[in-house]
Amino acid sequence: MGLTTKQKVWWAVITVVVLVYALFPVAAIAATSFKIPSELDNGRFLPGTWSLINYEQILVGDAQSLFLSSLRNSIGISLIATAIAAVLATLAAYAIARLDFPGKRLILTTALAVSIFPVISIVTPLFNLWRTIGLYDTWPGLIIPYLSLTLPISIWILTAFFRQIPWELEQAAQVDGATTWQAFRKAIVPLAAPGVFTTALIAFFIAWNDFVYGISLTSTEAARPVPAALAFFTGASQFEEPTGSISAAAVVVTIPVVVLVLLFQRQIVAGLTQGAVKG
Amino acid sequence: MSAQVAPAKGSGASEAAAEEEARKRRNRAQKSDRTRAESRLGWYLAGPAFVVMLAVTAYPIAQAIFDSLFRFRLSAPDERAFIGLTNYVVVLSDVVFWRVLGVTLLITVVAVAVEVVLGFALALVMHRAITQLRGLLRTAILVPYGIITVVSAFAWFYAFDISSGFVNTWFAWVPGVDENLNWFANMGTSLFVIIASEIWKTTPFISLLLLAGLAQVPTELEEAAEVDGATWWQRLNRVVIPNMKAAIMVAVLFRALDAFRIFDNVFIMTGGANNTEVLSLLAYRTSIARLEIGLGSAISVLLFVCVILICFIAIKLFKVDLAGARGEK
Repeated sequence: MGLTTKQKVWWAVITVVVLVYALFPVAAIAATSFKIPSELDNGRFLPGTWSLINYEQILVGDAQSLFLSSLRNSIGISLIATAIAAVLATLAAYAIARLDFPGKRLILTTALAVSIFPVISIVTPLFNLWRTIGLYDTWPGLIIPYLSLTLPISIWILTAFFRQIPWELEQAAQVDGATTWQAFRKAIVPLAAPGVFTTALIAFFIAWNDFVYGISLTSTEAARPVPAALAFFTGASQFEEPTGSISAAAVVVTIPVVVLVLLFQRQIVAGLTQGAVKG
Repeated sequence: MSAQVAPAKGSGASEAAAEEEARKRRNRAQKSDRTRAESRLGWYLAGPAFVVMLAVTAYPIAQAIFDSLFRFRLSAPDERAFIGLTNYVVVLSDVVFWRVLGVTLLITVVAVAVEVVLGFALALVMHRAITQLRGLLRTAILVPYGIITVVSAFAWFYAFDISSGFVNTWFAWVPGVDENLNWFANMGTSLFVIIASEIWKTTPFISLLLLAGLAQVPTELEEAAEVDGATWWQRLNRVVIPNMKAAIMVAVLFRALDAFRIFDNVFIMTGGANNTEVLSLLAYRTSIARLEIGLGSAISVLLFVCVILICFIAIKLFKVDLAGARGEK
């Protein structure tokens, strides 16, 4: 690259600024999570003594049942909601991208309308209905409304992905003697799978992030997901602020996000930009 | 199907047209089997997704509209009675509702305005970045996007909090900031931190939408402007931004609708104290915490109407072409 020294300095400065912007709040809560209780209000950024006491508290200590059960709920509910959305969206996007049928635009418009729908407007009637039919505070009671978050965006992103697949490859493979199934499996699946995977990843982030449904439609550890559980943390004693435990729990649930972003940043960016704006 | 019910025309002049029509009909009959099979397959595949989307949104909002016409609280379910639009009158004549709506709009406007500028800068950085830096920058920017909003809220809350925060110590040199400043005791300072958290968490999303828009600006145009001696600022203002107006509009509308639904940050940081309550939180507190299903439903419906209004204004007044920009012709 023919960069002048001045340009190099500029890019170094810009990179540092962006990194600080993106990572500083994460670093702040991570630093807090390593503080011992007596240091929590010393007004400093870094802990004086680094300690794992807050992590012990949430993983093996008093807050264990609250945190670990919510972690299990969050992972299970988000994964199931993502899987259902991925299957339904794959079928729908395949039909929209490949077949010609009346109602295609209706489906895409509906997906768009659902994605801008205010979540809280759905919560009140669901709260009442779930209590009546026994879905309140259960996994299905959250999985069903989560579909309103994960399904529309999955349909949009996957439709954009599928429209770019050269479907002629399938016929070409059949001409070359492959059976219909072989042609689909060998020619199309390898092209479509990355799109489905990326879509599932983005849908998972969205389900993982939910707070409104989580706090409104659950009441116990039976189904309460992590974001809602964080709001219910209490200190080791009633006179103690739960700052340390919450910070530690926040770090634990942020680690998978950071790992996924590190591994798949290219795919996530492609998925979000393709599904969003394509002129 | 209209072809089959069209009356046969006898006059000589239209005989040719009638014959043409008949030929088309025969053609259509041949094709229709395939077309119909394709339609059926299309709906078999896309139908379940469509039905699920309607079931999880259209049905609940219909139920909310229905419930909003009743006096109905779960603490006294026997007193349930039809009261027409009384709930709406109660909500709309309450000064609290208008204050809450004002705060929600304030947060939306400030957050989106800052995010567009910041997001555009980030998009430019990602767009222009040399290959070695691109991955690093994109990874960093995706961290706030992927992080749980509640976690972001706690991170910002603890940083500013009077007892556990370090902001007061670090920024003591700023006029008005000292170690005794309690950010969450006043409306203005609370909203500042709430909006900061909101901006931090959602700017990456808007910058990715803008990045997609930037990629569509023809490079020849920019190069031509550069050859003609346009400065960097002129190129940005006269070439780049006009060419990605559609993308900017869509990004703004999407973020505005999202910011209007703000809940998590306010819930965690203030719980609505000091006049920081927003519409979603008001709806939540009315129906989930106070079990006033009738009143809460009315607020939910009003929130829904607001979202539709914002959409309508954006599409009619600002001519935001959602379908076009989102990949549909």
